[in-house]
Amino acid sequence: MPLLEIRGLQTWFETRAGTVKAVNGVDLSIERGETVALVGESGSGKSVTAYSVLRLIEAAGGRIAGGEVLFDGTDMLRLDLASLRAVRGNRIAMIFQEPLSALNPVQSIGTQIVEALRLHRDIGLRAARERAVELLELVRMPSPRERLEEYPHRLSGGMRQRAMIAIALACEPDLLIADEPTTALDVTTQAQILDLLRELQGRLGMAMLLITHDLGVVAETADRVAVLYAGRVVEQGPVETLFDAPAHPYTRGLLDAVRIEELPPGSRLPEIPGMVPSLLALPPGCAFAPRCPRATPACDAGPPAMRAGGEGRLHACFNPWLSTVEGRVPA
Amino acid sequence: MAGAAVKRRGLRSFLLRRLWQVVPVLFGIAALNFLILQVAPGDVVDVLAGEAGAATPEYMAQLRAAFGLDQPVPVQFAHYIWNLVTLDLGFSFRQNMPVLELIMSRLPATLLLMLAALAIAVTLGSLIGVVAATRVRSWVDTLLSGFVLLTYAVPTFWLGLMAIVLFSAVLGWLPSGGMYTVGAGLTGFALVGDVLAHLLLPALTLSTFYLAVYARLVRSSMLELYGADFIRTARAKGAGEWRITLVHAFRNALLPMVTMLAYQSASMLSGAVLVETVFSWPGLGRLAFEAIRTRDLNLLLGILFFSSVVVVLVNLLVDLVYVLIDPRVDPTARRA
Repeated sequence: MPLLEIRGLQTWFETRAGTVKAVNGVDLSIERGETVALVGESGSGKSVTAYSVLRLIEAAGGRIAGGEVLFDGTDMLRLDLASLRAVRGNRIAMIFQEPLSALNPVQSIGTQIVEALRLHRDIGLRAARERAVELLELVRMPSPRERLEEYPHRLSGGMRQRAMIAIALACEPDLLIADEPTTALDVTTQAQILDLLRELQGRLGMAMLLITHDLGVVAETADRVAVLYAGRVVEQGPVETLFDAPAHPYTRGLLDAVRIEELPPGSRLPEIPGMVPSLLALPPGCAFAPRCPRATPACDAGPPAMRAGGEGRLHACFNPWLSTVEGRVPA
Repeated sequence: MAGAAVKRRGLRSFLLRRLWQVVPVLFGIAALNFLILQVAPGDVVDVLAGEAGAATPEYMAQLRAAFGLDQPVPVQFAHYIWNLVTLDLGFSFRQNMPVLELIMSRLPATLLLMLAALAIAVTLGSLIGVVAATRVRSWVDTLLSGFVLLTYAVPTFWLGLMAIVLFSAVLGWLPSGGMYTVGAGLTGFALVGDVLAHLLLPALTLSTFYLAVYARLVRSSMLELYGADFIRTARAKGAGEWRITLVHAFRNALLPMVTMLAYQSASMLSGAVLVETVFSWPGLGRLAFEAIRTRDLNLLLGILFFSSVVVVLVNLLVDLVYVLIDPRVDPTARRA
């Protein structure tokens, strides 16, 4: 049984203009100890999927309209609030994009770690503070004991994200959801934080759902990758084989867009023509069909189902690229 | 731990620096006061002569010399400033008492009224704001917001009069005015109880307007904070709604509230004029009202100056509170 299994998840936002189907039938599973990357452009539904797992989406004005989120066999969507709170921060923890705004500005780092501990463990204040120092050591915060008294605004971006990770790891979760954890950081700090996450994951044996739009980060960090487009997973599989031979035309377009070093100088940069469809009015067939170079009339008839492509690969496409030989460099 | 020591030291120098900044402010207020005195037609001698019914020009000149009013304006200004420095606010010829003594006799009553009203406004306002925010767009929110709008819109003096009619005249539960029962000779707890009974109506009346301001401020700050990233973090940590509301959101909503407190300390003094008059509360506000009515210029200017001092000090106190409750305010920084 996978640690986390998302089946047919639908998360919608009701707006004045109509129902925005931000996540529209996502299927995804994560095994214990595994890192799965969720990639896609802005608005593809990556973060909404992540927030839906912990049901944080209701406070953000969204509604989970359907599907199942099975965590260790229990459907998170059916839990009562008390049982849900017992999972949040305890068995599934989360870190965020902007560590400064994600930390409470008027509480010290120590207080915020201690809170995470004491919400789920029967532990005294003194013991919790000692444990907080250990956690800060674990995330390699310089002079951890002094940092307990420090407030978020006095720390650097990297140190804030380290503090955030220490909070998330307080109860040794089985699954860490990292929502673009390095986007707000500079490049050197990004590398350090990713190294730290990889190392901690190995040491603590936890699974990680990494949300990112940075394909380089995916290649370095993840075991498997799922590509999201307009609220659906269009392709997933092991990072290496998927990056080597993407089956879905959208994945191929994404990968081509980052391989600009391989282009002859002066040539036109590759792009995916057209725009992401409005989530208010998705096309009846494949959402990518209007922009797809391989689209046929069949693509507009109905959404393609997820099909197995061998070696643990899955793709939702009527006309996938199946051979690794076929057209590596775009015309 | 080292941070705390640094902060304490920073706090002391911050206080000293702010106290120095108070000096030019007070000088400015004094200069403005003096200007008003100069621009106003006539002087104390004219008033005295008018009241006596008749006075010879020689006698008036003699009086002016005695009061120093025949001297050039800069000299008079220097005298005035020196008097202020030595806390000599002049003499009220109406009340036949030194102004300072009059003010000091009325100050405790006003402070008591203001603090009580402020306490009611802050407590009740926060409570209403928090409850309305947690049940936003429900009937509870609508009801509370309606009530708040009403207390905001109703004139204070009218509300005071109606309160007297209802609670004193019709129901007879509370006294209609004054600060204690005259001639009762109460002591100890009985006296405290008596003063509290007299305080309740005026404090509630004075608090209504401010209560509305706080309730609206807290409601909107809480709603804004509910969307904040760190509230989402608290949820992701597994914190319950009460914890999120009080420990995370309300704690941060305190910051704009304290700012508002500084603004309101001034307006509350002027609000006290009406309430003290309606409830015949023996405070500074009513003294100011009487001073205006009887053209007791010395007393009026004394009260104005003194109120300015109080407002400046309250603002200083609020700045200090700000340093204590918001770690982002750095007292060691040269510019706040």
